[in-house]
Amino acid sequence: MTRLHVDWTRCDGHGSCTELLPELLAPDDWGFPVSLTGERDPQVPPQLERHARHAERSCPLMALRRV
Amino acid sequence: MSLTAAPPTRRLLTVGRATTLPTPGPVELAELASLAGLTGRGGAGFPTATKLRAVVAGHAPVVVGNAMEGEPLSQKDAVLVTRAPHLVIEGLAIVGRALGARQTVLALGPRVAAGPAQAVAQDHGVEVRSLRGGFVAGQESALVSQLDGRAPVPRDPLVRVTTRGVEGRPTLVLNAETLAHLALVARFGAPWFREVGTAEEPGTSLFTLSGKVRRPGVVEAVRGSRLADVLACGTPVDPVAVLVGGYHGAWLPADALDTRLTRSDLQAHGATVGAGVLHVLGPDRCPLRVTAGIAGYLAGESAGQCGPCVNGLPRIADSLRRLADRSRDPGLPAEIDRLGRLVTGRGACAHPDGTARMVASTLRVFAGHVAAHRAGWCPTDERWTR
Amino acid sequence: MNEALWALGRGSGLVALVLFTVALVLGVTTRSGRPVPGLGRTGVVDVHRTAALTGTGLVLAHVVSLYLDPFAQLRLVDLVVPFLGADRPLWLGLGTLAVDLLGVITVVSLLRHRVGPRVFHAVHLGTYALWPVALLHALGNGTDGGSAWFRTLAVACAAAVAGAVAWRLLPSYAGRGWARTPRKVAP
Repeated sequence: MTRLHVDWTRCDGHGSCTELLPELLAPDDWGFPVSLTGERDPQVPPQLERHARHAERSCPLMALRRV
Repeated sequence: MSLTAAPPTRRLLTVGRATTLPTPGPVELAELASLAGLTGRGGAGFPTATKLRAVVAGHAPVVVGNAMEGEPLSQKDAVLVTRAPHLVIEGLAIVGRALGARQTVLALGPRVAAGPAQAVAQDHGVEVRSLRGGFVAGQESALVSQLDGRAPVPRDPLVRVTTRGVEGRPTLVLNAETLAHLALVARFGAPWFREVGTAEEPGTSLFTLSGKVRRPGVVEAVRGSRLADVLACGTPVDPVAVLVGGYHGAWLPADALDTRLTRSDLQAHGATVGAGVLHVLGPDRCPLRVTAGIAGYLAGESAGQCGPCVNGLPRIADSLRRLADRSRDPGLPAEIDRLGRLVTGRGACAHPDGTARMVASTLRVFAGHVAAHRAGWCPTDERWTR
Repeated sequence: MNEALWALGRGSGLVALVLFTVALVLGVTTRSGRPVPGLGRTGVVDVHRTAALTGTGLVLAHVVSLYLDPFAQLRLVDLVVPFLGADRPLWLGLGTLAVDLLGVITVVSLLRHRVGPRVFHAVHLGTYALWPVALLHALGNGTDGGSAWFRTLAVACAAAVAGAVAWRLLPSYAGRGWARTPRKVAP
């Protein structure tokens, strides 16, 4: 099972990831993604794997990685 | 290995230069560090053996001694590097040779004089570099970035510097004091190192005493000592609380001065030994105002890279300032708590985490003070004007 | 057959220009961090990408069909090296230049995870040069370049691009729509 890793050196709070994975990520006060699972790098459940791949491709800053 | 007689406690500032440098191989050196139970003295307290083994083999690594001294309340590395540079340099040389390092560097922050180290460094092929300062500049990956000629800004921790660091090479960054201890372990052995201290925390550590003490400065103490005993070296004056671990540390109130400076004992207070900073707060200063000042400083020292830190820390500092100014806003403590949890774990380095930890400790230990401020008065003022 | 090739060449070029206009406007919208109703932010990124790649495919069809059409008099070298063409070398040259730029931009964009964000961003800025070059090529070299309907279309596309660029330069554009302190360190 993969995990979502936010590269904070790149993230600029664009927000496609929070749109595609609302179960795992939500925008904070300033638009940056917060993990909703309590883990720093939230684990991706199998049914969301497709959306996680989409989110990784979609981030314009290339700040989201599946690890 | 034959051992010469070694001094029992005042180790770091009394041992002279080694006549011949020990030359353990990489496996032997890691074994030595492991047997000695040596842990990092830079703040994180990582087992040194683990770090030595983590350096990816076979790529001519870079070994860096970290004496950046980014924590304003700390002076131990500056003192060590200027008064006993040979120990740090020898430690670097021993590690460098063991790992087959292509480059060994001693990184000095602006508060550390380079002269004494430079005099010794040449004999051991160690390069001394004086770098730009800042609170975050001593962070491992920020230091690596600076050594690469870039700004002292942390990197994404997904790729560890032990895999890819300076010039893309596996890099081992060890605190200057850790290297000094390692040099002594290599010379006098692991059992010698363990002669003092506790089983879980053997050896000695340098502590920096500051704040309301008659004699501030750096003291070497046996690990596992009671906080009160270490403080006694500097003669504290009416301590109300002690900030243990520096600006990213936690407060221990006056009734907890008997606490042993060990990981397990300090955990109950949400504190760690960190880099040995012990800052005494006297009765003449409002703890909330002091913390607001520290938080403001920490917000300004953000590398300015990660959104939650850049945005969150100034908000935390601002809220603390309002609290110190006796704002009647009932939601203030909860808001500070929320912001602290919001920034924790969300950045390339632990700057927001440490800030949040220190602030949370303040609100917890000085809960009475917080309640008074919200009611419009300050116990410090009351006490002082009486 | 030649007529068909010529028609394909014109048609694909025309649609590609419109698609690149859409891609540029949506690219600016992507950077803005603002969602578009019905698309959100993700949809903006997706449509931007699809429009750009489709446009690129159409440019490929445009170049191949014109190369195969003897009327266009294109040699192989004209497809890559600009301003050597026999017929109207300046306008054709701009087309070749656009293809060169498009090639580099597309390859780097597809390999963006390998080259890293800095290189990707620097090369991607080339789209601001690509678009006007392509437009000028269409106006100067295109068969319909002089006709009224095409000029109207060209003006509409130019207006859309101008509007997007103006928005891009507004101070209110920054922050991706959130009230926040900007980063001090570029990604």
